[in-house]
Amino acid sequence: MKRLRYAGVLTAVALALAGCGGEKVGSQEQPAGGKECGSFNLTVSPWVGYEANAAVVAYVATKDLGCKVVKKNLKEEIAWQGFATGEVDVNLENWGHEDLKKKYIETDKVAVAAGSTGVKGVIGWYVPPWMAEKYPDITDWKNLNKYAGLFKTSESGGKGQLLDGDPSYVTNDEALVKNLNLNYKVVQSGSETALIQAFRDAEKNKKPLLAYFYEPQWFFNEIKLVKVNLPAYKAGCDADPAKVACDYPPYDLDKIVSKKFADSGSPAYDLVKNFQWTNEDQNAVARMIAVDKLTPDQAAEKWVKDNQSKVDTWLGK
Amino acid sequence: MAAITSDVEVEVRRPRRAVVVGVLIVVWVAAYFVLRGIDTLVLGGQETTAPHRWLTDHRDDIGQGNVFFDAIRVAVDHFVVLLQNLVAQPAYDRPVPVIGWLGVVAISAYCAWAFGNWKVAVLTAAGLGFVGLQGLWQESMDTLALTIGAVLLSLVVAIPLGIWAGLSDRAFKVATLVLDLMQTLPTFVYLAPLTLFFAIGPAAATIATLIYAAPPAVRLTAHAIRSVPPESVEASRSLGSTRGQTLVKVLLPMSRSTVVVGINQTIMAALSMVTVAALIDAPGLGQTVLKALQTLDVGVAFNAGLAIVVLAIVLDRVTTAAGDRPWRTASLRRKVLLGAGGLGVLVAVWFSRTYVWAAEFPSDVTVGSRIAVIATDVTNWVQDVFGGFTYGVRDVVTVALLNPLEALLTGSPWWLVSTVVVALAAVLGGWRGAAPAAVCLVLLVATGVWHDSMVTLASTLLATVVVVVVGLTLGVWAGRNHRVDTWIRPVLDAGQTMPPFVYLVPFLALFGTSRFTAIAAAVVFAVPVTTKIVADGIRAVPVATVEAANSVGSSSWQVISKVQLPVARRAITLAVNQGLIYVLSMVVVGGLVGAGALGYDVAAGFAQSELYGKGLAAGLAIVLLGVMLDRVTQAAARRTQDFPTRGDKR
Repeated sequence: MKRLRYAGVLTAVALALAGCGGEKVGSQEQPAGGKECGSFNLTVSPWVGYEANAAVVAYVATKDLGCKVVKKNLKEEIAWQGFATGEVDVNLENWGHEDLKKKYIETDKVAVAAGSTGVKGVIGWYVPPWMAEKYPDITDWKNLNKYAGLFKTSESGGKGQLLDGDPSYVTNDEALVKNLNLNYKVVQSGSETALIQAFRDAEKNKKPLLAYFYEPQWFFNEIKLVKVNLPAYKAGCDADPAKVACDYPPYDLDKIVSKKFADSGSPAYDLVKNFQWTNEDQNAVARMIAVDKLTPDQAAEKWVKDNQSKVDTWLGK
Repeated sequence: MAAITSDVEVEVRRPRRAVVVGVLIVVWVAAYFVLRGIDTLVLGGQETTAPHRWLTDHRDDIGQGNVFFDAIRVAVDHFVVLLQNLVAQPAYDRPVPVIGWLGVVAISAYCAWAFGNWKVAVLTAAGLGFVGLQGLWQESMDTLALTIGAVLLSLVVAIPLGIWAGLSDRAFKVATLVLDLMQTLPTFVYLAPLTLFFAIGPAAATIATLIYAAPPAVRLTAHAIRSVPPESVEASRSLGSTRGQTLVKVLLPMSRSTVVVGINQTIMAALSMVTVAALIDAPGLGQTVLKALQTLDVGVAFNAGLAIVVLAIVLDRVTTAAGDRPWRTASLRRKVLLGAGGLGVLVAVWFSRTYVWAAEFPSDVTVGSRIAVIATDVTNWVQDVFGGFTYGVRDVVTVALLNPLEALLTGSPWWLVSTVVVALAAVLGGWRGAAPAAVCLVLLVATGVWHDSMVTLASTLLATVVVVVVGLTLGVWAGRNHRVDTWIRPVLDAGQTMPPFVYLVPFLALFGTSRFTAIAAAVVFAVPVTTKIVADGIRAVPVATVEAANSVGSSSWQVISKVQLPVARRAITLAVNQGLIYVLSMVVVGGLVGAGALGYDVAAGFAQSELYGKGLAAGLAIVLLGVMLDRVTQAAARRTQDFPTRGDKR
């Protein structure tokens, strides 16, 4: 026991000696926090494309405007609730959701639309590239029944399998299968992770797969999936959810902010409002995060350096 | 003599019940071929019933802007943020938390030593050091802050409730019902409503964790108080103590070690909520796991999962040691040493507040990325080598077992399934089994998700059978062989605390998106608890009994089947029961890998506001399935136990 005590004393002395040489906490200059901008809450929805938006906006707001950005990692629809409670100020990538817009913007008046992000969203049915090469006519929906046998799995009950994704996704697939008389069964994979893993496996091991997917998505940098053409979309053809027999509409992804934030006069609001870029820009940043394993901040810094002129227009310079 | 009569009894009784069960099932299958497709109550993916829509419409009526809930939220928020500022987040205009890593390690090790022993103190220091070396210091401290916050708040609620339930029979009955509900209700189900009451963020995450983690502490506290010998209480009373004095001086001290076990279980439960609570913005390791999943980065997810496992092992061993330590028996020498150690801790804390190297965990040596790379490589290797084979296994099991079972359950009319299940429950468990089964089945129909419930039931039954077979085998092996037990235990600990999200990706690669994948995930999660309970039961078989069997020349197989398993029957029943509950609690996670049915409904209700009501109903259906299976198995177990006792008396 005595030895233990000596060891303790020795350790303390050693620590003291080692410690005195070190740098002291707070000796580094802290960047002055921007008082005029204050802080705002930015929701981060669970896909990498969104994360790319958030990374760049947060980087610019912090570096150029001196704001404090609090990122909240939330599922898309959960985040909408945050506009009412003050937990969320900014949503940088909204996919349609007319029902939520109606509720939170028109009825409850707690949120406002802040314009397009410039990113075009596409939803549809996709096959891995090797299939499109081997069966060139598979990209026309009229031929899907011909190939239904290929897509049979243990889950599809003798029909072809159409794999769907995360339960939060916008989908008409069950109605589409029925109304287009396709010999397919919609199987719920339940998550984006499962969907991507299925495509990865399908391309690598040349397995047949038909699944719901969407662009922009970082995964397209890894495997260039091929879209199957459904009957062309015409305005209003998806009005009745039970009778849909046409492709998904093109989405103009937009930004939603809380009413409080919009009225605050913060320069960060102008930044969010002016923020606009392209699918290629977003994919470039998403790729740095997902494939090159940069932190969102590093990725944003790199992109901003190469695209200063775009950033300047957001800042009204 | 007693043993012989009971054997005769069992031989006479058992076949008769087995025959009845067999006849029932044959009749059911025959009826299925005649009646299939009638009254199956199918409800499409986006379809809802009137009660579902009612729930959805009324979701906002409660919660929003309620002063009471706001007050709770603000209080909990401040408490958790305070803990975070203390150890995890930069605070009070400093670029570092109040206490840096050196201080945290010193304080933790000191507490482990003071409440436990020096061995767990070393383990604590090593565990925390390892987590730091993984490059996850800050995330781990956020997780730790949230866990400690939730556990402390749980105990504030749970210990008084447990004492009350320990003293009052009526309170005990009510508590058991509520706790059953709290433990089987899938965590996803109450995450969405909680965000209505408590917004999004650390407060809601802490409260969600609290709901999940409090039941074990209540149960074990009540159990401990009830186990205190009545003689002690009477002795105290006869000496003129008041009720309060008896409680403080006799009941609480005597039940202390069991209460500590309850605290231990609460900590484990809180840690296993970490990844789920991350969905409503709980800070910490859960975020890292979820983020890694978006890019299918198994390595990074595993690294963060491993940190959770390490934290769990440290906290488990420390609380276990604290439970074993006799109270108020510190010798003078130990007191002096404790004092000296306390000074050392103060020095370490001062260092961690003053110098950067002691405040921020040095980032130049990180093993985290190496662990991630190795985990990824191993996963890829397993996928490449076993990929084709596992798909084959999946297809065989699905076609030969799962599909027929599911067809029988989903294709039969609901009233036929209900009649057969109630009849089976009556044969196996008497009215104690039949009555709860009937009530649960009626309510299941009322939830509007009958068809999905039957799909889930089919997978659950199959998964439970696998869990019991594997758990019994491993448990018997570990119970008979001490060395096996030592090796297997850390693996079981890891299986219980490693977030299921981490092994989802490898399982998806091995089995594709399918119901089988969900079954596999549930098996991994449920086998540890079954194995542990079986092993404990086998070990508890008196040595003399086993030796008697050995001395008459029984083979190992005979000893196991004729002596150890029958004697450990009570433990085995509990193991089956717990295995079942654990499988059910994985249903929602199964929904994320292609199991569909109730798990998918719950996840969809969480993610889509128009499906909110249906998600709640599906969550309720999972609870109903759980209560039904639990009551039937318990009633059946009680009856099988009755026979030998009756034989003994004769």
